[in-house]
Amino acid sequence: MSLDEPKIDLSPKVSDEIRKTTCYMCACRCGIDVHMKDGKVAYIEGNRDHPVNRGVLCAKGSAGIMQVNAPSRLRAPMKRVGPRGSGAFEEISWDEALQIATDWLAPLRETAPEKLAFFTGRDQSQSFTSLWAQSYGTPNYAAHGGFCSVNMAAGGIYTMGGAFWEFGQPDWDHTKMFVLFGVAEDHDSNPIKIGIGKIKQRGAKMVGVNPIRTGYNAVADDWYGITPGTDGLLILSLIHCLMKAGKVDLDYLAQFTNAACLVNEDPDSPENGLLLKDKDGKPQVIDRRTGKRAPWDGAGVEPDLSANYRYKGVTYRPVFHLMADKYLDEAYAPEAVADRTGISAGRIRQLAAEIAKTAFEEPVVLDREWTDFRGKTHKTMVGRPVSFHAMRGISAHSNGFQTARALHTLQILIGAVETPGGMRFKPPYPKPATAHPKPHCKVTPGKPLDGPHLGYPQGPADLCLTADGNPARIDKAFSWENPLSAHGLMHMVIANAHAGDPYKVDTLFLYMANMAWNSSMNTTGTMNMLTDTDENGEYVIPRIIYSDAYSSEMVAYADLILPDTTYLERHDCISLLDRPICEADAAADAIRWPVIEPDRDVRGFQSVLCELGAKLGLPAFVNDDGSQKYADYADYITNHIRRPGIGPLSGWRMGDNGLQDGRGAPNEAQLDAYIKNGGFWLAHVPDEAAYYKPFNTAYQDWAVKLGFYDAPQPYIFQLYSEPMRRFQLAAMGHGERQPPEHLRERILKAMDPLPIWYAPFEEGLVDTEAYPFHALTQRPMAMYHSWGSQNAWLRQLHGMNPLYIPSEIWKKRGFKPGDWAKVTSAHGEITVPAMEMQALNSKTAWTWNAIGKRQGAWALEGETPESSKGFLLNHLISELLPPRGDGMRWANSDPITGQAAWFDLRVDINRADAPKASQPHHPPIKSPVPHAPKNLAWKTKS
Amino acid sequence: MTQLPQSTDRKLGLVIDLDTCVGCHACVISCKGWNTENYGSALSDTDAYGPDVSGTFLNRVHSYEVKPETGPAQLIHFPKSCLHCEDAPCVTVCPTGASYKRTADGIVLVNEDACIGCGLCAWACPYGARELDAVAGVMKKCTLCIDRIYNENLPKEDQIPACVRTCPSGARHFGDFADPNSNVSKLTAERGGMDLMPEQGTRPTNKYLPPRPKDCSGEINTLAPMLEPVATDGKGFVGWLDKMLSALPGGNA
Amino acid sequence: MHPAKSVIIFTTLSGIGFGMLFFIGLGMIVPEGLMAFIWFAIAYLFAVGGLIASTFHLKHPERALGAFTQWKTSWLSREGVLAVITLLVMAAYGAGLVFLGTRFAYLGYAGSLLSVLTVFATSMIYAQLKTVPRWRDFSTPLMFLGYAGAGGSLMTGQVDYALALLALAGLLQLLNWMRGDGALGKSGSDIGTATGLGTAAQVRAFEPPHTGTNYLLKEMVYIVGRKHAGRLRILSLLMGIGLPILLLLAPFGHLLAALAILSHIVGVFASRWLFFAQAEHVVGLYYGKR
Ligand SMILES: Nc1nc2c(c(=O)[nH]1)N[C@H]1C(S)=C(S)[C@@H](COP(=O)(O)OP(=O)(O)OC[C@H]3O[C@@H](n4cnc5c(=O)[nH]c(N)nc54)[C@H](O)[C@@H]3O)O[C@H]1N2
Ligand SMILES: Nc1nc2c(c(=O)[nH]1)N[C@H]1C(S)=C(S)[C@@H](COP(=O)(O)OP(=O)(O)OC[C@H]3O[C@@H](n4cnc5c(=O)[nH]c(N)nc54)[C@H](O)[C@@H]3O)O[C@H]1N2
Ligand code: SF4
Ligand code: SF4
Ligand code: SF4
Ligand code: SF4
Ligand code: SF4
Ligand SMILES: [Mo]
Repeated sequence: MSLDEPKIDLSPKVSDEIRKTTCYMCACRCGIDVHMKDGKVAYIEGNRDHPVNRGVLCAKGSAGIMQVNAPSRLRAPMKRVGPRGSGAFEEISWDEALQIATDWLAPLRETAPEKLAFFTGRDQSQSFTSLWAQSYGTPNYAAHGGFCSVNMAAGGIYTMGGAFWEFGQPDWDHTKMFVLFGVAEDHDSNPIKIGIGKIKQRGAKMVGVNPIRTGYNAVADDWYGITPGTDGLLILSLIHCLMKAGKVDLDYLAQFTNAACLVNEDPDSPENGLLLKDKDGKPQVIDRRTGKRAPWDGAGVEPDLSANYRYKGVTYRPVFHLMADKYLDEAYAPEAVADRTGISAGRIRQLAAEIAKTAFEEPVVLDREWTDFRGKTHKTMVGRPVSFHAMRGISAHSNGFQTARALHTLQILIGAVETPGGMRFKPPYPKPATAHPKPHCKVTPGKPLDGPHLGYPQGPADLCLTADGNPARIDKAFSWENPLSAHGLMHMVIANAHAGDPYKVDTLFLYMANMAWNSSMNTTGTMNMLTDTDENGEYVIPRIIYSDAYSSEMVAYADLILPDTTYLERHDCISLLDRPICEADAAADAIRWPVIEPDRDVRGFQSVLCELGAKLGLPAFVNDDGSQKYADYADYITNHIRRPGIGPLSGWRMGDNGLQDGRGAPNEAQLDAYIKNGGFWLAHVPDEAAYYKPFNTAYQDWAVKLGFYDAPQPYIFQLYSEPMRRFQLAAMGHGERQPPEHLRERILKAMDPLPIWYAPFEEGLVDTEAYPFHALTQRPMAMYHSWGSQNAWLRQLHGMNPLYIPSEIWKKRGFKPGDWAKVTSAHGEITVPAMEMQALNSKTAWTWNAIGKRQGAWALEGETPESSKGFLLNHLISELLPPRGDGMRWANSDPITGQAAWFDLRVDINRADAPKASQPHHPPIKSPVPHAPKNLAWKTKS
Repeated sequence: MTQLPQSTDRKLGLVIDLDTCVGCHACVISCKGWNTENYGSALSDTDAYGPDVSGTFLNRVHSYEVKPETGPAQLIHFPKSCLHCEDAPCVTVCPTGASYKRTADGIVLVNEDACIGCGLCAWACPYGARELDAVAGVMKKCTLCIDRIYNENLPKEDQIPACVRTCPSGARHFGDFADPNSNVSKLTAERGGMDLMPEQGTRPTNKYLPPRPKDCSGEINTLAPMLEPVATDGKGFVGWLDKMLSALPGGNA
Repeated sequence: MHPAKSVIIFTTLSGIGFGMLFFIGLGMIVPEGLMAFIWFAIAYLFAVGGLIASTFHLKHPERALGAFTQWKTSWLSREGVLAVITLLVMAAYGAGLVFLGTRFAYLGYAGSLLSVLTVFATSMIYAQLKTVPRWRDFSTPLMFLGYAGAGGSLMTGQVDYALALLALAGLLQLLNWMRGDGALGKSGSDIGTATGLGTAAQVRAFEPPHTGTNYLLKEMVYIVGRKHAGRLRILSLLMGIGLPILLLLAPFGHLLAALAILSHIVGVFASRWLFFAQAEHVVGLYYGKR
């Protein structure tokens, strides 16, 4: 050191203490080390031991300190004192708030529990909130999955017992080719980035299929700038090429999929298209050893992919024949799909050939013995190291369910699911549709619902219909309009409740969902519905209770506000009963715990439900003597018992001989054990159980031991979906429950048991010459929906959002730098800042999601860029499609799952002079929280 | 002290991999968090919740569109912080000696107690790596997390810069460029690590790994044999299937 | 670059002040007693006033003493040191004239030399910056010196010198503009070298790292409209050079002389405003702005 260099303290004290909990700046649920100084949060970094993030942390995660200190935090319960939407509130006590809620909800429960609609948004306690709703007795409960990604989730569950994100992930350590469809960020934020990092480090190949080349797609080695809504075509074309070239994993298909199952080919049979079953209901295959039929899972059976079968005058053909007939059709030839997809035939073939080459000429072989459910022992684990991942780019289209199924079919055809280098499930997945509950909707006033709300129908019998065949649920989930709506249809709740279709509700109870802004389609319309009054001057939706932690746009539209804590101030439980944090190699669950105490009169929402449930006398929330069962959520997490031996948390349960994993009695010290372990629990999947999980006896036994299910339940992948065929049969006139006339054709067409592609609905209903372009949104990596803008650090990164316009349109429509764009759709019009972009599909414009803010919300003051330049695309998207020929308006949703079709949007784009602010511009709402500080320059002193 | 050291014992710095950076801004915010709480004054934000918000950051992520001669346009995310130049002009211009380059490890640092906030060093830096804090009135810049990398209160594995520790995709690497066997030296050699604006003569320590070539697969050609058809329709496929299956062990032909 | 008032005032006034001291030191005027005091007061007013103005630019002026320490490397430090020495030397010279009625000629010559060096040091604060190609040119110090000479001679009533030096300053100004206008383009730095991503034709700034503004944008990426700049240049030449020359050529009168001075100062202010406002810093390349 030179003499005059100042001496600096190279080892300053970092913090007084580290408290380890789980991040909730988004739903990825990384482990965090919260550095505390003087009882305050000083710095947040990633927990190196945590299975999800292994020490890394995203921008939002590090900015958590600005969130827990945000001036937008609600301070106390509030009741509305001005008109709805004005933002005028009075702070009240918790006693008063809970009494109001009880006075509203108790009489409803005794008379018509369905008049309570309880919907939750970014809820991570669905097994708890659903229990509450079930105990209350309303059929009207769901979380936000319906407008989010149910296509991906349900498509995966029905096809192979799991999808991506919380269900499964690429085998990052072995994969040699990673193909990413339609993902900007996903819930698995950090794991995907860690994975991409691993691929890059190995110099393995990454392919991006996305109209937009940013983020993950920017680092992809090859980019396919597909036209939105056409991935199904591209994938089926890849399948066409691969099947035509025989580049499929026959062994895998025969053993582990229903490709060998026999399908009834008798056109006149009510069973036409269903699988041949034995008297135990087991689908039948031909056993290659004997040439005779045998149950699919019979000991030692070697299913034959090719043999036909005739029985009682009916011909049965294996599923694989049907697939060959379908996918070898020239309609799927690359030349036939090139124009629509915007990808040349040569490039489609190249992609197919690369997949084939990697899968079959560069297999990954692990020297690990394993035994399948038929009792056959395999010496090695042979992997086809091509992995895929997809999310809402596929999901959020009205053909998304079938596209998701197509993608899974592609993976399965090459033998790349649950094999080394391919896609791997995360416990407790795989879990086939049949192992999930079915939906329940039977209401008995004063009593709980007859079972869980959500589930996976196996056929028309499982729909949620009233005696006269109408939808039983307010969101029309599990009705003929969207039979497999496994996550409900949150995006239809307000519209349906407003229209009184299928019936009116009394109280809308929402949690953590900004429905008056970025999470609704038709945002302006939604605000109008929330404030609309009937002929008596009463609100059409009479009562709205809402729990938020912050001063969001939605707060202004509720009558009663139950202010939540922030994520560092409460207990939470990320449970195996729900959406756990497992990785392919481990089962894991986690908690949050109050690393700081709230400095406001706020309470954890789940704890509030414990109390409200007790006040309402809900059976699950009171003891036999009628007293409150769970003092708070922590008490529930520790002591609730779902099935014998199974509770919300799997770690450190009490066994006969001390603490144990998975099963066991409640342990009063369980939360402490979690805290001591860094906020999570983890159990490694044994090596011999690491792959082939659905078929692997070692895995099945381990899963039973941990309590995922009570007996081994191996299954095979459903390339051919029988439940879907059952709906088709109903549409063809078979069976007791049949769809209404106007839906028959749609069901018949959409619910093909083998993946198909059809054009997104909006395309067929609008004038595509008037609306020639597509418009999309993407998640910014450093923002979480609407929450980010209240964060002083994050809002500097994304304070406004331009519409990115491809150079082709930019030039054609005469745009100049600094111009704004007028964007019109069949539903509405917006005027917004514009920017040119080249790395973009030539027919597609896009913007960042949820940057635009309503003035007055989020404790932002004045004409912030968020409110004057930021904007929502949502104003252009309707929850209903334009009228059809018959005058009917269908929901802007997937016809199978009800998934909101955000990305079907068609628009026209023209240049515009800059208005004063982006249009539409809504008047400011009154802020229910005190003014924000002007400047920030704080340091926590220790 | 604004004389640059003739040479430094070590040359600590970062390698930033432009082929891997997904532009997530994680490094930006973890840097903000660590350096707000640690070395020197807080990194302030003015009008933090108002229309004209502006704050001090030591690390920022740009993005660029690159249109190669052939093939589609590409997007490159581009993180940028102080490059700890060997010929650091920001140091020599400083009138007070507040800016200096450490002899021990080459880190370029600002002694905030001596800084008069004249801003000249920021003018002298070609890379925009220095920002004058509006509240503290002193020059802020990347410290290479000097209060982490030697900090004995941190576990060994955490004695790395905050941005490196947090980067989810592993696009940032920290090490000693004076040691030819260090991770950073090797990466630089293997992947052609480059200097930014070499013509400015600053001799940056930090190196950038260029993006790997993209979109090289093109239309099918050499791989065509992979897709040699075995059948042209369902019937043909079943015929092929029969042949294949009988060839498998246990087949009945 | 952001044209900060304090810096414009500093460079303009101190240039004139040290220009005056230069002529006084050379003995072009040899006032005595009260007159000497007044002459020195005026010169010091400009020189010191400029220096004080420059401290308004500092966020921590209370630490300004530290700025005298780094004369070995820093032109800003050198400027400070030289300015102080010059002022001291000239103070001694002045004291001789005011109190002793004696002219210590060698002190005066030394002071004049130091004045030149001070102005040169001031100019080098800018001319040294590779990051601002417009400034980094031999014409920058020459222009600063030219203006200081013109201002000094004008102020000290050296009409002949003033006429010559005004003309020279005008020429140097033109030279500086001519060389400066293409400087960034010729500097070898462009968005391609800044990012290392290819040629400038291929690389386009897409999203900035932040949607709002920041110190760098406010300080270094100042954009003046072309037309605006063109008009200001003409104004600056007319007021700073043309008009004073005309006024000097007119029969001498105190009012006209005062007008010439005033006009010159306004012109130099405009020139300095442009000097900063038109200067493009290479950091703008990262933001796709220049
Ligand atoms: N145009 C367009 N619109 C979209 C989408 C799109 O892609 N394009 N995506 C859709 C999708 S997939 C989704 S999931 C939705 C998301 O939309 P939302 O689910 O509405 O997400 P947020 O805006 O984050 O709103 C959640 C609310 O939760 C509140 N909150 C945050 N933390 C807490 C807490 O700890 N407790 C409580 N009680 N409340 C809290 C926030 O303040 C906010 O009001 O947006 C949908 N909207
Ligand atoms: N940072 C951050 N992370 C988040 C969120 C957030 O708000 N911020 N939100 C969370 C939530 S609720 C969700 S649902 C997930 C969603 O995670 P993502 O699925 O990544 O969601 P989006 O950002 O909507 O990205 C959709 C992507 O699909 C592309 N796309 C659109 N249409 C098509 C198409 O037809 N074909 C193809 N191939 N691509 C298409 C878009 O260009 C975009 O890149 O992210 C979660 N994670
Ligand atoms: S991805 Fe980021 S915001 Fe989400 S949980 Fe992880 S660290 Fe938190
Ligand atoms: S990058 Fe800039 S601030 Fe850092 S050492 Fe180089 S010149 Fe100085
Ligand atoms: S701002 Fe501070 S560090 Fe920079 S040159 Fe001035 S005194 Fe030195
Ligand atoms: S090394 Fe430290 S100070 Fe420098 S950019 Fe990274 S986090 Fe910021
Ligand atoms: S954290 Fe890593 S991937 Fe993210 S922007 Fe920074 S360098 Fe890039
Ligand atoms: Mo979502």
